Amino acid sequence: MGRTTPEERDTMAKYLLLKHYRGAPEAVNNVPMDRWTPEEVSAHIQYMNDFAAALEKTGEFVDGQALAPEGTWVRYDGEGRPPVTDGPFAEAKDLIAGWMVIDVDSYERAVELAGELSAAPGAGGRPIHEWLELRPFYGVAPTVTE
Amino acid sequence: MDEALLRGLTPGVLGVLVRRGADFAAAEDAVQDALVEALRVWPEDPPRDPKGWLVTVAWRKFLDASRADTARRRREDRVEEEPAPGPVAEVDDTLRLYFLCAHPSLSPASAVALTLRAVGGLTTRQIARAYLVPEATMAQRISRAKRTVSGVRLDRPGDVATVLRVLYLVFNEGYSGDVDLAAEAIRLTRQLAARVDHPEVAGLLALMLLHHARRAARTTPDGALVPLAEQDRSRWDTSAIAEGVAVLQGALARDRLGEFQAQAAVAALHADAPTAGETDWVQIVEWYDELLRLTDSPVVGLNRAVAVGEADGPHAGLAALADVDAAVPRRTAAAAYLHERAGDRATAARLYAEAARAASNLAERDHLTRQAARLNTAVGKDGRP
Repeated sequence: MGRTTPEERDTMAKYLLLKHYRGAPEAVNNVPMDRWTPEEVSAHIQYMNDFAAALEKTGEFVDGQALAPEGTWVRYDGEGRPPVTDGPFAEAKDLIAGWMVIDVDSYERAVELAGELSAAPGAGGRPIHEWLELRPFYGVAPTVTE
Repeated sequence: MDEALLRGLTPGVLGVLVRRGADFAAAEDAVQDALVEALRVWPEDPPRDPKGWLVTVAWRKFLDASRADTARRRREDRVEEEPAPGPVAEVDDTLRLYFLCAHPSLSPASAVALTLRAVGGLTTRQIARAYLVPEATMAQRISRAKRTVSGVRLDRPGDVATVLRVLYLVFNEGYSGDVDLAAEAIRLTRQLAARVDHPEVAGLLALMLLHHARRAARTTPDGALVPLAEQDRSRWDTSAIAEGVAVLQGALARDRLGEFQAQAAVAALHADAPTAGETDWVQIVEWYDELLRLTDSPVVGLNRAVAVGEADGPHAGLAALADVDAAVPRRTAAAAYLHERAGDRATAARLYAEAARAASNLAERDHLTRQAARLNTAVGKDGRP
């Protein structure tokens, strides 16, 4: 118990990189996108595409998706009744903008990649220094435990 | 190996199995197995008679599966008594398949998946990749769809409009994964047009050809959208345009106007303009008027308002836009465009940013964000607010 087996050490680990519309600590270069020049917008998109393409080449990319900003809250409302919906809430504190799932050798590598993604250029072509949330996936329970 | 040839044979092979007494779901599975085997074997060992090969292999797969099945259910004898393989007259099985796969009891997503597999001859894996879902999910979707239509008799004539809607959905999915769905939709619509004498089938084929002709000009190499007015028209595919126009003229001559013919007519007018400035907007507005009479769709109303803006000026366009339901997608983007043409750049920038937040896909969101950025930067440089 408590020891890391060779299998566990050698297994790739999956991480979720979460990008927030709202809820993250403030970025350094915090100008909203529609205030950039069109060239800066293009450079940003190119950087994101290149980043994903590079991860595909290294065999570390799993998935990446962007989410629309407006969503709805839904909950069960009892037998025979339609679910209750609410929102969208303009004042919601936390709003996910999208994610990327990576499959990497180590936590250090995951941090390195998140840092690289956070360096995507924004207004003035300078890095946004955006805060990204890095969350490990639960792995599978090892077959060999002793 | 010619994969298009292989796929073109699919519906005919399936038809043979069904006529020999196989039920649709089992026959379709068997044909799919035969296709997968063909993809494996043919590159090394191409058959002299591809269709005969597929029929033989699919029939064997069907018998194998039935035996495995009947070992449990004790129905073996019945299957063994089915007629032996032999040449069968080519009645139009393919056409029946189109109707079956687009049956109104299926959801649009299921009809699309089943059509691509049973009529189009794509493998489940290819369809799954094209729609970005796991293969197991797509396999389930297809097998549920087959269960849904299993009671439908293949000899009943269907409604061609339901088939056209399915093909239109496939076309609009465009290109993702290793299958070009737009090209596949054109192939399937062409195949249908060869079997059904219906002006709307021709209208849809023309519409697809005319839009497909612009594909190379529609995006930049890095994937950004290029609006129609800014496209490099020398990159339009002139042979696809010529074919589309000819197909459309043949359809319009029948004097049974429908939605797809009218939409194709608009596309043909754009294709006919050497530059964006020479577009015959007056005639385009007339076609949108026709379309409104045919469909009363708010999306048509929106497109018409933009066309009116070009024909009679942005203020007329904004007046026409006022009648369009605010909930129609892209209405805000159209308003932004018309306000910019009317000289109100600040309002246009604000509306473009608002439209970007409501966009339903990334390419569109990025395009609208760039428009807002362009106007905001220009406003800033002029020293205006």
